Amino acid sequence: MINITEHLPVLIIVISLMSAAIIPIAGRFNRHYSWYITVAVTFVSFLISISLLNRVLNTGKISYWLGGWQPPWGIEYVLDYLNIFILLIVSFIAFIVSLYARHSIEKEIAEHKISTFYSVYMLFIAGLMGMTLTGDLFNLYVFIEISSLAAYTLIAVGRKRNALMASYNYLILGTIAATFILLGIGYLYMVTGTLNMADLRELLPPLYESKVVLTAFAFFTVGLSLKLALFPLHIWLPNAYTHAPSVVSAIMAATSTKVGAYVLLRIMFTVFKVEFDLEVVPVTKILLVLSSVAIIAGSVLAIAQTNIKRMLAYSSVGQIGYIVLGAALINQTAMTGSLIHILNHAIMKGTLFLVIGAVVYKTGIEDISGLRGMGKKMPYSMAAFTIAALSMIGIPLTVGFVSKWYIAMGALNAGMWYFVPIILLSSLLTAVYFWRIIESIYFEDANTEPQNAEYSQIRNPDDAPLGMLIPTLILAGLCLFFGVAAFLPVSIAEKAASMLLGGM
Amino acid sequence: MKEHIIVRVIASILIPFIQLYALYVIAHGEIGPGGGFQGGVIFSASIILYVLAFGMEEARSRISQKMSDLLSSTGALIFAIIGLLCILAGGSYLEYDQLPLGTPKLASHLGIYGIEIGIGITVAAVLITIFFEMAGRKDD
Repeated sequence: MINITEHLPVLIIVISLMSAAIIPIAGRFNRHYSWYITVAVTFVSFLISISLLNRVLNTGKISYWLGGWQPPWGIEYVLDYLNIFILLIVSFIAFIVSLYARHSIEKEIAEHKISTFYSVYMLFIAGLMGMTLTGDLFNLYVFIEISSLAAYTLIAVGRKRNALMASYNYLILGTIAATFILLGIGYLYMVTGTLNMADLRELLPPLYESKVVLTAFAFFTVGLSLKLALFPLHIWLPNAYTHAPSVVSAIMAATSTKVGAYVLLRIMFTVFKVEFDLEVVPVTKILLVLSSVAIIAGSVLAIAQTNIKRMLAYSSVGQIGYIVLGAALINQTAMTGSLIHILNHAIMKGTLFLVIGAVVYKTGIEDISGLRGMGKKMPYSMAAFTIAALSMIGIPLTVGFVSKWYIAMGALNAGMWYFVPIILLSSLLTAVYFWRIIESIYFEDANTEPQNAEYSQIRNPDDAPLGMLIPTLILAGLCLFFGVAAFLPVSIAEKAASMLLGGM
Repeated sequence: MKEHIIVRVIASILIPFIQLYALYVIAHGEIGPGGGFQGGVIFSASIILYVLAFGMEEARSRISQKMSDLLSSTGALIFAIIGLLCILAGGSYLEYDQLPLGTPKLASHLGIYGIEIGIGITVAAVLITIFFEMAGRKDD
């Protein structure tokens, strides 16, 4: 009768949006329902994205016409190798984090706000998935706004006063970014009369020299760089990640900046052609410089931090640098590396933030000193932390190594060997800031530290509850799994990279 | 504002007309200027006028927090469910003319009506909630 698989590209977003409306009602009856619904819906979206991956691998590009209107007039959802990859990451991380959220949220968020939290969480996920799926520029803007507004709320929802200020800063900067993106869309619409990405790709080339198109491209680049927190535009990120509830830091670090990076790639390589980025404007050169600075500066600033969430936030700034660097090198290997790094960084940072969430749940301490001697008290969580930290450094057999290898090889292929020392130096700096933590986890005794004396009374292992531990360990396991079985994500990323560089 | 008899009388005369106009804007949105959002805003304006004239408690006893929460979800759900019904009827999401409601033209009229009503309910309820939240805030 009705072929439901045909409608999956829109259903994955519709169920998330609907659940955002249902959760507050269900939460009125019993506040536990909201968590069950969130987990169920994110799990179903994960299954849907797997089934979509299957279809994309078998049949190639999928296009879904909303309301049956033919593009370029109607809104089109497009799925290709690139965005199915991102969609899988978003839906998987969303599922793992929602599985984890229950205990952590009950501890960190006031009780009457819990069902609102899950509702906004689903809106945030729906916005990110929409940004990933859509093939229409204005629809993209709408989803950027949905996910951004949800993100401001998620940051502010915690008990900390500072969270309000962090959220407000992000709101101001995020609004500027969104305005820039909207202006870019407006200018492109002005000269071409279309909002469909594939259509724009065909219509734009004769207009590449036009000042309006150049302005639009500048607005896009700056606006999206702010969204994905590329180095000089990263200032909203550390405060936001530090003061948000742990679950929110985890989901935002793992998905939101990644989707921002994806949108930048979409605009640079799908809406505009590669020739535009190389020949008309020197955007790749600018991005190469900025991302190199981001890689070094992010790592150096991370070393200077004493709050562990802030340290991870600065480390994210550096890792975003890798993603942009790989993309700006414009060759197959580096682009593949950049795309895998989107996945890898999502897994690694997700694990790290989830472990910190567990530590905060147990001890309430966010300072690096709070991790002293934790190797004995929370052995499983700390093992997960160590795996993810080693992966961040880029030890072979972990995911971090794979993507750094690809990006470094790409730099060599492009004849730009001077990026290799930058990658090596940053790995060294990463080793510095993670090693001092690993050292204090395993080689220092918590009992010598008076400030968490109360907690150090517990001599026996006292790890986080299973509901938090299992998702963390799954993600940590994936850090190793994709480090060994790297061919799985690489095969998809390679196809996506050649699609980005070689045309649709 | 209890002693302001003129304000109260004028408000109670005006409010039904404002609400009627809101419904007109929602219903008319499909073929003319207006629509769910605008109509919803006008509707919530009538409630805000009611609060100004009769006070918070009186208004809250008519529209409780629970009710406005419920309505803001319901409106969004109406939108989503109409979209899903289009899929069930064999079209793609929000393809109204596939709905089994007489001719395709009539079906798409009715489909858009339904959507506009959903939007109107949500917008009105959300704006009322925002107003109550801000008006009810005590400085802490």
